[in-house]
Amino acid sequence: MTALSGFLLSQWYDLRDLGNPVRALIDWINGWGDGTTFHWVGYIVAGLIGAAAIGLFLGIAMLSLIWIERKAVSRIQIRYGPNRTGPFGLLQPVADALKLMQKEALTPLAGDKIVFWLAPVVIFIPTLLVFGVLPFGPKMTAANISVAVLYIVAIGSATPLVIFMAGWSSNNKYSLLGAMRGIAMAISYEIPMVLSLLGVVLFTGHMDLNGIVQWQQKYHVWLIVLQPLAALTYFISASAELNRTPTDIAEAESEIVAGYHTEYSGMKFGLFYAVELGNALAVSGIWATLFFGGWWLFGLDRWIPAWLIFLGKMYILYGALIITRGTLPRLRIDQLLDFAWKFLLPLALVNVLVVALEVTIWQENGISAGIVLPVFAVVNILLSVVLVVGYVQSFGFARRQRPRRARLITDTLAAMPQ
Amino acid sequence: MSGVGPVSAFYVLAVLSIGSALMVMAARSIIHAVLFLVLFFVSLAAMFVLLSADFVAVAQLLVYAGAIGVLVVFAILLTPSREQRGMETKFVGPGLLAGAVVAGTVIFIAFNTNWPTASNDFPSTVDAIGQALLNRWALPFEIASVLLIAAMIGAIVIVGGRGVDLDPGAAGPSARLVRRER
Repeated sequence: MTALSGFLLSQWYDLRDLGNPVRALIDWINGWGDGTTFHWVGYIVAGLIGAAAIGLFLGIAMLSLIWIERKAVSRIQIRYGPNRTGPFGLLQPVADALKLMQKEALTPLAGDKIVFWLAPVVIFIPTLLVFGVLPFGPKMTAANISVAVLYIVAIGSATPLVIFMAGWSSNNKYSLLGAMRGIAMAISYEIPMVLSLLGVVLFTGHMDLNGIVQWQQKYHVWLIVLQPLAALTYFISASAELNRTPTDIAEAESEIVAGYHTEYSGMKFGLFYAVELGNALAVSGIWATLFFGGWWLFGLDRWIPAWLIFLGKMYILYGALIITRGTLPRLRIDQLLDFAWKFLLPLALVNVLVVALEVTIWQENGISAGIVLPVFAVVNILLSVVLVVGYVQSFGFARRQRPRRARLITDTLAAMPQ
Repeated sequence: MSGVGPVSAFYVLAVLSIGSALMVMAARSIIHAVLFLVLFFVSLAAMFVLLSADFVAVAQLLVYAGAIGVLVVFAILLTPSREQRGMETKFVGPGLLAGAVVAGTVIFIAFNTNWPTASNDFPSTVDAIGQALLNRWALPFEIASVLLIAAMIGAIVIVGGRGVDLDPGAAGPSARLVRRER
């Protein structure tokens, strides 16, 4: 590959890209017999290696993320967090998992037992499938499909259905309320998410994630510079679908007990908990790939293994998710849906329009990228700042630290019972 | 389609899709029927993958398994539960007849059409579909989008036009939030 023209020349021992040894193994298997009869063995082995690698990675990542998340949120809330189990509380996730496995997994008597049992298992499928298309390196994609961006959206749209399965089969009104809220939120936030991804696809002309990374490598720029609006709308709308604290209306511990997993206990609850972390990691991985160059880091990927760069970016962006979780106040459901329809959707639509215009100017006139991309970057950054600030100025609510006149309490931001 | 893998995958998917389609009809609970319907959509999408129609497969997943499945679930939850129980019907005979007619027509067409065959290396279909939609078939594409907008506005009018008070002053505490103070 172009990125790996270094001294190791993509031999099987070139571990800067773990795709090399796997490729060598598959080629060796394909060479058995007369060179065609055993292709199916290579096919199966390739699939198994990819699946095992993703499963192993996700297992370790989820265990580590529980610790990272709890520790980081604790520091934000000025407390220590887990610090008794093992050094720095590192064994806390293991202790949690062991405890959850020992607990009795209750099933509601009036619930739908099969669907109730199926939901925490099925909810893992979309998470695992999303990791299948993420490029961990130039050759490290388990399935390099040409419609990966659309595929991510399609896979993500399956999650609310599983949440509904969990909520409905519990036969509990809080569970059902949580499931309905989850579906309403997913439908609302899917639209700005798809529109922001459409901006990226329009601009790069690629729909496969590796192609988008290589586009950023070719023009030597991160897409967040060229597409700040798309990056913002994608980050907000994708993180809203994660059911984490600022936007956790599907769980809403202060309103509807625990939402769709109210009735789940033991390891079944643990699976929901782990899948949330896995989804958050997937979102930060997609964000890193689309807007932060994926495995590419301004030529450093020739020396540092590409998958380490990608993992580093993924975990750093996961930190952004932890910070939003730890610092932002919760939104009520109507505020959350209003935010999707009245703020993110217009913003994403403007972004698509501007991107289409820019691509037309660029392609029709055949201007060289060196001139046109800096101009676009400046224009887009200015535009996004103007749009966001203008929106906040004209439709937002000001902080009132020093009121000048007396007001009724119903005129303040507090929600009063009628 | 040849070789051990694709053929066995085809039969697995065929059994899965036909079985889940039958279960849509046979399931007593309407929610189970919807879940089997989604399973059917997913197995159909996998079938499209087997035919190298990647875009159609993902669109199938996005539109049918994602959007339509969620929509049907919503519709079921918004209907009163006593209407969900009337799953027995007197129209089993005519229904089977109509189904047999449709299936016979499709099978007849499938066996009597001269299908074009492609080589094993099938290119990505996204480019071709995009070109076709925005060049040759741009007008039907736009007409379809106008139709969808008309349907959407119609739905909003039907839902919102029934004496619902849309006055922002009466829509709960959130609507009464004050604007930025000068």
